[in-house]
Amino acid sequence: MRFLERDGCPGCRWWPVAIVLLALAVLPRTTLAVDPAVLAAEAKRIAVASRLASSVVAIFSRGGQGGGSGVLISSDGYALTNFHVTRGAGTFMKCGLNDGRLYDAVIVGIDPTGDVALVKLLGRDDFPHAQLGDSDKLKVGDWTFAMGNPFLLATDFQPTVTYGIVSGLHRYQYPAGTILEYTDCIQVDTSINPGNSGGPLFSAGGQLVGINGRGSFEKRGRVNSGAGYAISINQIKLFMDHLRSGRVVDHATLGATVVTREDGAVVVDGILDESEAFRRGLREGDEIISFAGRPLRSVNQFKNILGIYPKGWKLPLVFRRDQVRTEVVLRLRALHRASELTGQPRANRTRPGKPRPGQPPGRPKRRPRRGRRPPPAKPPEKYKHLFVKKTGFANFYFNLQEQKRVMSGVTRLGDFGSAVGAWVLAGKTAAGDAFQLTLADAGVGLSWKQKAYFQELKSAEPLDEPKGSGGFLYAMQMWKTFLANRAKGFGEFYYLGSEPLDGSGDRVDVMISELGNVRCRWYLDRKQGRLLGFDSQREEDTDECEVRLTGDVESGGRHWPKAIVVRSGGQPVATFGVATVTIRKGATE
Amino acid sequence: MMAIRVLSMVFTLLVTVVVWPSTAVGQSVYSTIQRVQQRTVKVFGAGGIKRLHSYSTGFVVSSAGHVATVWSHVLDTEELTVVLSDGRKIRAKVLGAEPQLDLAVLELKAEDLELPAWDLEADSSDAGPGTRVLGFSNMFRVATGDEMVSVLHGVVAAKAPLATRSGAFETSYEGTAYIVDAVTNNPGAGGGVLTTRGGRLLGMIGKELRNAASNTWVNYAVPISELKQPIQQIIAGKYRARQRGADEKDAVARFRPLEFGIVLVPDVLFRTPAFIDRVQPGSAAATAGLQPDDLVLFVNGDLVQSCRVLKQRLGRLDAGGKLKLTVRRGDKLVPVELPVPDKPLTPASGQPKTKPPGGSK
Repeated sequence: MRFLERDGCPGCRWWPVAIVLLALAVLPRTTLAVDPAVLAAEAKRIAVASRLASSVVAIFSRGGQGGGSGVLISSDGYALTNFHVTRGAGTFMKCGLNDGRLYDAVIVGIDPTGDVALVKLLGRDDFPHAQLGDSDKLKVGDWTFAMGNPFLLATDFQPTVTYGIVSGLHRYQYPAGTILEYTDCIQVDTSINPGNSGGPLFSAGGQLVGINGRGSFEKRGRVNSGAGYAISINQIKLFMDHLRSGRVVDHATLGATVVTREDGAVVVDGILDESEAFRRGLREGDEIISFAGRPLRSVNQFKNILGIYPKGWKLPLVFRRDQVRTEVVLRLRALHRASELTGQPRANRTRPGKPRPGQPPGRPKRRPRRGRRPPPAKPPEKYKHLFVKKTGFANFYFNLQEQKRVMSGVTRLGDFGSAVGAWVLAGKTAAGDAFQLTLADAGVGLSWKQKAYFQELKSAEPLDEPKGSGGFLYAMQMWKTFLANRAKGFGEFYYLGSEPLDGSGDRVDVMISELGNVRCRWYLDRKQGRLLGFDSQREEDTDECEVRLTGDVESGGRHWPKAIVVRSGGQPVATFGVATVTIRKGATE
Repeated sequence: MMAIRVLSMVFTLLVTVVVWPSTAVGQSVYSTIQRVQQRTVKVFGAGGIKRLHSYSTGFVVSSAGHVATVWSHVLDTEELTVVLSDGRKIRAKVLGAEPQLDLAVLELKAEDLELPAWDLEADSSDAGPGTRVLGFSNMFRVATGDEMVSVLHGVVAAKAPLATRSGAFETSYEGTAYIVDAVTNNPGAGGGVLTTRGGRLLGMIGKELRNAASNTWVNYAVPISELKQPIQQIIAGKYRARQRGADEKDAVARFRPLEFGIVLVPDVLFRTPAFIDRVQPGSAAATAGLQPDDLVLFVNGDLVQSCRVLKQRLGRLDAGGKLKLTVRRGDKLVPVELPVPDKPLTPASGQPKTKPPGGSK
C-alpha cells in the first residue's frame, strides 16, 4: 500500500473513505459475538491441519523439474503417492517434509493401473505419519482436507491445505488414454490441482481416506473445476502388501464382460472359455446377483468392485440362471500382460465413444533456474544398495527383505534340507481309507483305496494324478521342494503380498514359486509364519490342486502337518490324516 | 478505485463471516443431500459431437413426472432419456420451454410414477450474499449408471443481474441470478439445483458461462422465483412464451435458406455460427459455387453473427432481387451472388415452421 502511495495512484484519494469503511467493517465484528460453535470448529480444523502437515511429503523428481505430493504411513518411512508422480522421478527421489528438511527416498512398489506408488523415505525410523482411515465410512457431504504441493508452491515444504466436501462416492473413472483407471474412487469438491497428485485426502477427523490423483478438467485449463478424485484408502489397503513386495502389481479381470439389461439386471454378455468363471459354469446370459459380497445393480458397480482387487485374489460370485442360484469362488485373472505394465506404460487402451472426464492433474513443470545445479541423478552412495533391478519389479531389494521375513517361519518348521531321500507319509483319509504317499527323487507314488498312482519326475510332464485332483502328486513334490530347497529349488521364487485365504479367511502372506509351467502359491500365517497350505497349478487356465495343511506333528526334529486337505475345481478330493512320516535315505521308487 | 474495490470486498467478506450461520453441521446436511438427490435427475439427449455434451441435469417438479431443466441443445432430440435417482431410465418429451429463462419442462413417459418432487411453493426460498449453499448436478457425467448426482458446497457471493455486456457473455438469460463461489456450472450441470444447507430450493444452475473478453467463467443459478410461474403454467398447459419469443413467431419470413438450396448446420447454440452444412445439387447456391463448411459472414453487406440472424435476414428479402453473400472458405473471403426467387414461399404473415426442441411427431 505504501508503494501505491508513493506512486500517487488514483485510488489514494479514496483513503479516507476506505478508513471509514474499514472501521464499519470492524465494528460489527467486535460488537457481535461469534457463535462459539464456529470458533470451536475453526480451532479444530486448525489443530487437525497442523497435526497432519508433518506427514505430508513434497516429492521432487530428478533435477527438480517436476513433482507432486505424498503422505507418510509408517514411522520407518513408507509413503504413498501416485504412480504418475514417481514415473518421471526415477528410482531415487528427493522428498521434503514440513520440518524443512529434504530426505532421500527410494521407490518400493508401483501399481500403474491404480495409479499408486509406494516409496520409502530414508534416514530416520521415527517419521511422523498418518493413520489409515476407513474410506467406506465416508458419506457424501463429509468435510475433507486435501494436503500437498499444488503448483509446486511448497518451496519450504509446508503443504497447502484445501478444504471441501465429498461430492460422490464409488465413482468410476474411465482410463484416460493410458492403462490408468480409477475405480470406486472418492469425488470431492476439495480443490485438487496439478501438484496435488499423490497427496493425502484426510477425513475431517484427520484419518487418511484417499490419495488425490485426478480431476475433471475440460475447457477451463488444468486447474480445479469442482471435481477432484481420490483413490480410496480401502483399495490401497488391499494392495499394500503387494506394493511392499517391490513388484509392479496388476489389477484383475474376471474373464467375463457384463451389460445392464433393460430391467436393471446385470448379465454376462461375453466370457473367455479358458477362464475359471467358465470352468465353474458361468455362461453368457447368466444374471450376476452379487460379487465380492456386494449386490450388483449396474455395470459400473461391477467395474468398481473388480477394480479395487489385485490380480490373483479369490472372490465369491453369485449368479442365477433359470431361477437356479449358484455360488462360486473365483480367482481373478490378470488385467494386463506383464509387458504392458513394465514396458512403456502408455499402452493405448482407450475405449472409443466413452467419455473420459477425469485426467491426472499431472506434474506441473518447473523450468530449471539458470545457474542452479540440479541434484545428481545418480543414487546417493550410502543408499544405492537399497535398489535391486529385476524385470517385473519396481525394486527387487524390498522383495528380498519380505522373503526373509516370511521364510523365517518356514525355518522354524525344522531343517528339511537334511531330509535326503524319500519321504513316506502314511495314515488314513477322513473316509477311513488307508494311504501311503511316497515322495522320492525319481517320482511320487500314492497308494490309496487299492489303487496306485504315480508321477514320474525326471522326464514326464506334471500329470493330473489322481484324476480331478489338479495334480496332487506333483503338488506334493512342489511341497517337498519348497521345504527342502526353497528358492534354490525353483526357477522363480518371490514374495507376492497378502490375500485372504480362500477368498474369505484371514489375510495370509503369499509366496510364489515357478518351475517350468507349474506355478504355486504358498500361504503363510502372518503372525507365526506357519505354512497353511498352497495351490499348485500345472499350467495356466487349469484347475489348481488346493492343498491345506492343518495340525502339527513333530518327528525327527521337524514339524509335519497332521492332516492334508485336498480340493480341486471347487470340489473336495480327500483329507489325508498323517499317522507316520518316514525318511528313507537313498531310497528310490 | 482499486483500493475502494478491495476494501469493499474486505467489508463484504467480514460481514459475511459475521452473518454466517452456525457451522454445527449435524445430521441435517446429510438428510438435505439425500432429500435433494432424490429429487434430482440426469438428462441424456443430443450432443456428443465436437465439444457439445449430450447430458444435463433436471429436478422433479411434480410427483406425476414433470422435470424442470435447462433449455439447451441436449433436448433437441426425439430420444430424450431421464435417469431417476433410483437408477430407473424413463423416456421423456419436452412439454414446453421458455428460451429466455433457459428453462424447459419435460414430461416423463410413464404412468403412476409417484416421484418425490419439489413443492415450488413450500420448498423454495430466497437467499442473500453469504448464504451457505449446496449445488447438485450431473456435472461431467461423473455419476454414470444409477449413481447419485454430485454435490458441491459454496456460498452465495451475490444476487445480481447477470451482466450482459454485448459480446462478453453469450447468455439468453438476463435477469437476476445467484452468483456462487463454487464451480457449479460445469458441463452437464445446467438444470441442477442450488439449495440452502437446510434443503430449501434457491435456484436452477445455469449453463456454462464464459466471459469471452477475459476468458473467465461465471457460476450462477436462476432464482426459483423467476421460474416458478412458467414451470407451473407449462405443466398446466397455459403457458405463453415471453415477448422475444412472440417477436420471433410473428417475424417476417418470406424466404428460407432452403429456397436457395442452402442447408445450415443444426442451430443448437444460442449463437450458432452460420456454417453451411450442405448445398442442394442444382440449386441457386450450387450454381453460385457455395460449398459445405462455408461460413456466411455478410448478407447484403450486413454482418450475420448466427444461423438465427441469417434466417431473419433471408426472411426479410424482397422477391426478385439479388442476394449478396460473403462467405469465409478456409482463410479466404469469397463473395457470391444469388438471384432471389420471384415468388416468396409464404406470405409475409407466414413463418418457417421451427420445431420445438424434442417435439414429438
